Amino acid sequence: MAKASASGNGKSNKAPAPSAASENPDSEENFALRTLQESLDKQKRFEASQEQLMHFYEQMLLIRRFEEKAGQLYGLGLIGGFCHLYIGQEAVAIGLQSALDNDRDSVITGYRDHGHMLAYGIDPKVIMAELTGRAAGISKGKGGSMHMFSTEHKFYGGHGIVGAQVSLGGGLAFAHKYNEDGGLCLAYFGDGAANQGQVYETMNMAALWNLPIVFVVENNQYAMGTAVKRSSAETEFYRRGTAFRIPGMEVNGMDVLEVRQAAEIAFAHVREGNGPVLMECNTYRYRGHSMSDPAKYRTREEVQDQREHNDPIERMKKLLAENGVAEDKLKEIDKGIRATVSEAADFAESSPEPEPGELYTDVLVGEY
Amino acid sequence: MPIELKMPALSPTMEEGTLAKWMVKEGDTVSAGDVLAEIETDKATMEFESIDEGTVGKILVAEGTEEVKVGTVIAILAAEGEDASDIEAPSGDASADDASAASDEVEDVPGEGKDVGREGNPLDIDKPAAKPRADDPEIPAGTNMVKLTVREALRDAMAEEMRLDDRIFVMGEEVAEYQGAYKVTQGLLDEFGPKRVIDTPITEYGFAGIGTGAAMGGLRPVVEFMTFNFAMQAIDHIINSAAKTNYMSGGQMRCPVVFRGPNGAASRVGAQHSQNYGPWYASVPGLIVIAPYDASDAKGLLKAAIRSDDPVVFLENELVYGQNFEVAQLDDHVLPIGKARIMREGSDVTIVSYSIAVGVALEAAKELAEQGIDAEVIDLRTLRPLDTETILESLAKTNRVVIAEEGWPTCSIASEVVAVCMEQGFDNLDAPVLRVCNEDVPLPYAANLEKLALIDKDRVVAACKKVTYSE
Repeated sequence: MAKASASGNGKSNKAPAPSAASENPDSEENFALRTLQESLDKQKRFEASQEQLMHFYEQMLLIRRFEEKAGQLYGLGLIGGFCHLYIGQEAVAIGLQSALDNDRDSVITGYRDHGHMLAYGIDPKVIMAELTGRAAGISKGKGGSMHMFSTEHKFYGGHGIVGAQVSLGGGLAFAHKYNEDGGLCLAYFGDGAANQGQVYETMNMAALWNLPIVFVVENNQYAMGTAVKRSSAETEFYRRGTAFRIPGMEVNGMDVLEVRQAAEIAFAHVREGNGPVLMECNTYRYRGHSMSDPAKYRTREEVQDQREHNDPIERMKKLLAENGVAEDKLKEIDKGIRATVSEAADFAESSPEPEPGELYTDVLVGEY
Repeated sequence: MPIELKMPALSPTMEEGTLAKWMVKEGDTVSAGDVLAEIETDKATMEFESIDEGTVGKILVAEGTEEVKVGTVIAILAAEGEDASDIEAPSGDASADDASAASDEVEDVPGEGKDVGREGNPLDIDKPAAKPRADDPEIPAGTNMVKLTVREALRDAMAEEMRLDDRIFVMGEEVAEYQGAYKVTQGLLDEFGPKRVIDTPITEYGFAGIGTGAAMGGLRPVVEFMTFNFAMQAIDHIINSAAKTNYMSGGQMRCPVVFRGPNGAASRVGAQHSQNYGPWYASVPGLIVIAPYDASDAKGLLKAAIRSDDPVVFLENELVYGQNFEVAQLDDHVLPIGKARIMREGSDVTIVSYSIAVGVALEAAKELAEQGIDAEVIDLRTLRPLDTETILESLAKTNRVVIAEEGWPTCSIASEVVAVCMEQGFDNLDAPVLRVCNEDVPLPYAANLEKLALIDKDRVVAACKKVTYSE
């Protein structure tokens, strides 16, 4: 594709070429907007090995149990401030992050970030200890629920300003391209953030500069208390890259295998140097926006319907049972995860708060 | 093990609430997600959902009970295989409104975290003392001095650093092919190519975010704003993303980005294009804010800014870009961040200033000298961290301070310097500290009004005469 290079060399790829449509690689016919979706439609679900299925199940269940525990600790006053739970959306983070090359790819997300941390296999203890504001937390207790990072895992947070992570993610993708390290950036945001101007500023530059980035809209149907149809003129978010010639994909975010399949297609497209992809994962959060959300904007029936018919973990459990995994084995897994989570909670409750002197550290790196 | 259901905290500030209604009764089987009760907080009625499956054993707090403390056991749930009727209420009197029983149950103070590490009085914390700052490196005798404009000095600083470190790149509007809206990046595209000198669309919020993200990803971006007025579109990334990252991540994630461009009033460009953001950025912990005046400082401090591991806001001034100053011809002219410079020594009054106002202060000092008043002129150069030591030393010598600032007076750098003098130099003061700032109005367009709005030599001279009681 004759995209302008990072130089912005000024050669417009919009030069009129009315008679040469077939020779113009950017012509409407060759425009790749829908090709990724077509690939996905051909085969919707990732063909996972039994081992991978078990792994997806365990990871999703870990997020679920962890978040339930976080909700309990919040209820006990051990977690303060804002706490946004990922319950219901587990398949998105697991499906996508399981397809990453962890040696080179980077991830960034908003404030609903516990699940994305756990998807990396980061110790639940240090995540829970961050939630309780303890020195052993991954940000030394100075970040909290919304501000967790692991540069070791190339996880760049954990950002509290809705939509900011998208342009920061554009910067991470810029760095991948600049360093020619072959990595890509996975930038998650919600249906609420999808209406922020900087998201589109970033899409424009990402497409213009051919940056290796996958924009993922985790459409959980509600921006805090505002339903998608009340906030968005175009509710099919995967179409919103059209203005920047970014191909879109519409994915069932409640099915980890479909998410994973979509990830395979999107990542391959980006790695081949074709520039960004916009993926919409339709999902559902069971809990309120944050812990203090009374959730009066939707009916209980709606939530229960999602839980009963679309739950990503139940779906996987059913598949595993069909594949001959014994009920007892699944119970054993659940028991083990509950133990891990309890241990994390005990650790998070019993480890000390930061030393008072920590108040003044990490403000600046250098001494001036 | 039966599961104790405790009165939950449902908001960051909730300490107690009303158990409005039980949605289940003893003996009911519940599954995860079922609503157990409705709880009223000061803000809303919330549904309290079950997390576990089980059978409701005992309800311990009757519906309608008010002021139920967070953490009080309100019901017991029997897990699978347990007989709900066998369940005993927790030991002690677990009656509805007995908060003392509840406090026994809860080890931690609700909303307060564990009491570990809280013994200390916050006033006893050792606040790290500011270290004495390094002086500017000595310029070896016989060093060739060259005349450079501030514009050239800034360009040279970027070019020299880019030659040393491949991670450094420059991005912004018109920085490459146009050679810079104010020609500060002239020649950089030719030398470093389009990979490292990047024209952006007019999209400040977006490219400030991309620059900040690239810094998080290990690069060393120099982000040019055509003027800092446009950086208001991007101020969220400068403050929320760049300045706070290191702290929020417990020192894990760095953000070595430089945001630079012209700041302050230019000439006849009206209110929206004429503003000094020094005080805005200087109020933010986690940022370094530099606002040099002459070419030597512009070069030496921009090089230091690019080398810094912290996010730097580097405020230039369009009206000074074309002015010539002497710069030492050295291989590596780097100056210390956080160190003020005494531009003129004097004994009667100290004029503290920065950026374009330093020129005004020097003119004023010259006129004052003719009238027999010996003024010392300090160029702060760095606005954060502020070199209070140099200010206070000068105050101890002259006992009088005037601040000259091209910017609004309210909540200004001048206000900050006044506070420093009051708090730490009061005993040395022989007169009130005076601020000489722009008029407190949006900058007008009309030539005569603009002139009236901006600081000038005469106002600085008048203030100095006032504090030296020479009127």
